[in-house]
Amino acid sequence: MELVCPAGSYPALKAAVDQGADAVYIGFRNDTNARHFAGLNFNDAKAEKAMAYAKSHGTKLFVAINTNPQPQGWSRWQAAIDHAAALSADALIAADFSVLAYAAEKYPDLPLHLSVQGSATNYEALRFYHRHFGIRRAVLPRVLDLKQVAQVAAHAPVDLEVFAFGSLCIMAEGRCYLSSYLTSESPNTCGACSPAAYVRWQETEEGLESRLNNVLIDRYQDGEKAGYPTLCKGRYLVNGQKYHALEEPTSLNTIAMLPELDRIGIKAVKIEGRQRSPAYVEQVVGVWRKAIDQYLANKSDYQVPERWLSVLGKVSEGAQTTLGPYSRPWQ
Amino acid sequence: MQTEDLQLTLGPNLYFWSRQETFDFYRKIAETPVDSVYLGETVCSKRRELRLEDWIEIGRLLESQGKRIILSTLTMLSAESDLKLIRRICAESPWQIEANDVAAVHLLESLDKPFVAGPALNIYNGRSLALMQRSGCQRWVMPVELSRASLQNILEECRQYADAVPETEIFSYGLLPLAYSARCFTARHHKLPKDDCRSKCQLYPKGLPVLSQEQTPVFTLNGIQTQSGVPYDLSEHLGDLAEIGVRHVRLSPEPQGMPEIIIRFDAARRGETVQAHAESCNGYWLGKAGMEHIPATEIS
Repeated sequence: MELVCPAGSYPALKAAVDQGADAVYIGFRNDTNARHFAGLNFNDAKAEKAMAYAKSHGTKLFVAINTNPQPQGWSRWQAAIDHAAALSADALIAADFSVLAYAAEKYPDLPLHLSVQGSATNYEALRFYHRHFGIRRAVLPRVLDLKQVAQVAAHAPVDLEVFAFGSLCIMAEGRCYLSSYLTSESPNTCGACSPAAYVRWQETEEGLESRLNNVLIDRYQDGEKAGYPTLCKGRYLVNGQKYHALEEPTSLNTIAMLPELDRIGIKAVKIEGRQRSPAYVEQVVGVWRKAIDQYLANKSDYQVPERWLSVLGKVSEGAQTTLGPYSRPWQ
Repeated sequence: MQTEDLQLTLGPNLYFWSRQETFDFYRKIAETPVDSVYLGETVCSKRRELRLEDWIEIGRLLESQGKRIILSTLTMLSAESDLKLIRRICAESPWQIEANDVAAVHLLESLDKPFVAGPALNIYNGRSLALMQRSGCQRWVMPVELSRASLQNILEECRQYADAVPETEIFSYGLLPLAYSARCFTARHHKLPKDDCRSKCQLYPKGLPVLSQEQTPVFTLNGIQTQSGVPYDLSEHLGDLAEIGVRHVRLSPEPQGMPEIIIRFDAARRGETVQAHAESCNGYWLGKAGMEHIPATEIS
């Protein structure tokens, strides 16, 4: 079971490697990856430094080039792929047909992983990506329950990686344009969701308001904890009732399901959070490393101590965790 | 191309109506000037009012009125039973199929059957479109979030990489399909789990509006699908579509007033001046936030 960890900066990468990540995934400093946030990600020099550090510790480095280029921007995506190949990245995480095709043709030795942004929820789709681009691994979107994941794993022509911990995208990744509907920028086109440039906070008589491109996302009364106005996490009116119509702020945590994921043949677990701090990476990777090691040392006696949950709980968004779609009632 | 060369298509019904309502709806559609009609369930596999045989019966009826039929497949496949249904549709459909997931593309390519690439397939550039063309794509529906400028670039790029460019269809009227989830938001509104949803989406034949706390429309809930808060309407832009080389104009079914909407678009393609729906958006087409509405008079 491979532990795949996020890094949005060199200190985060160092933390992940030091805490025992088997692989770390990064993105370059532009819209070629799905975490295109200001101040985040790796320029050329930092990427080389990251690669050197990972290599010297026996950790793999994956590069995410997982947004969808439009013709006018293709040169940036091509340069990113060329750069990842020049770095000798251990894998390229990609979603777009054209990115996969270019990489497969030009760099046949560079392993390709289908990004969660590729939105492949079933093994027939995986067969297409395997046949056309020779992908070796796929990251499953967070829309399947455990039984369905097992079914995909049983028939998939490639290894599977699943999300294990982190912020929960309520929508099927790669199939959500809500952000561009409100702001013109989406994960697919720009690697952005509810981008900060469109956020406005305002104290009013009715409470503290958060807006995204002027649309009221939420309004907080005194004492209520205000969260970033990610559009799917706002409180809206439906049939006159005000509530989190799509999702409440919460995180995914599957640490208790580790044995089950292993039994059904999952080859890698992924920690979400390239946008999070080095401290987050350090704490989450530390706990997951211990969990996997303990599980592998004695598969029949795997237990999750309270202190792990408390560490993970503290860094979770909304300070609560769920099993998300892996558990049916959530759906 | 002239606007009169544009073909009007009726997209798949995104909502859940009863069997009777569905038959009645398409009987009315048979009398309208729409050129092709997409049939089948694309949103939720739990909607089982109509079987494949029923859709084929509706298709035959429309075909007898000169309509071209295309069968649409489910957009998000999660269970083995979903795959079984898709395999059956791909094998047995008397008509061309709209693939809304890569699984359907894979199956159709294996069967050597040409297909329409649906709007959720994430074709963002001409290289991807050329690749789809080689897999058998004869028509594609551009992702709804892309603009006029993107379309021009995509078609130009595709010409460099493909022997033939697939025909282009643009989602041009209706609430935009914006997102899919594992979660059913309509069931959740009724405090029911998806496994016991009791088909609550049947209560909302045009979706369940989501308003901001200031009462402005933001989104629309439609089971596991989230749609735009107001309809997209490109009826004032048909000249633009024709000029770029768009061949098909997709109108998305609504339970009331659909024949009138079709007639409005038919008038527009014949060169009459029409007005977009009073509360509508066109931002995506103009390269802006999708929800925006820019009046035709303000477009340079």
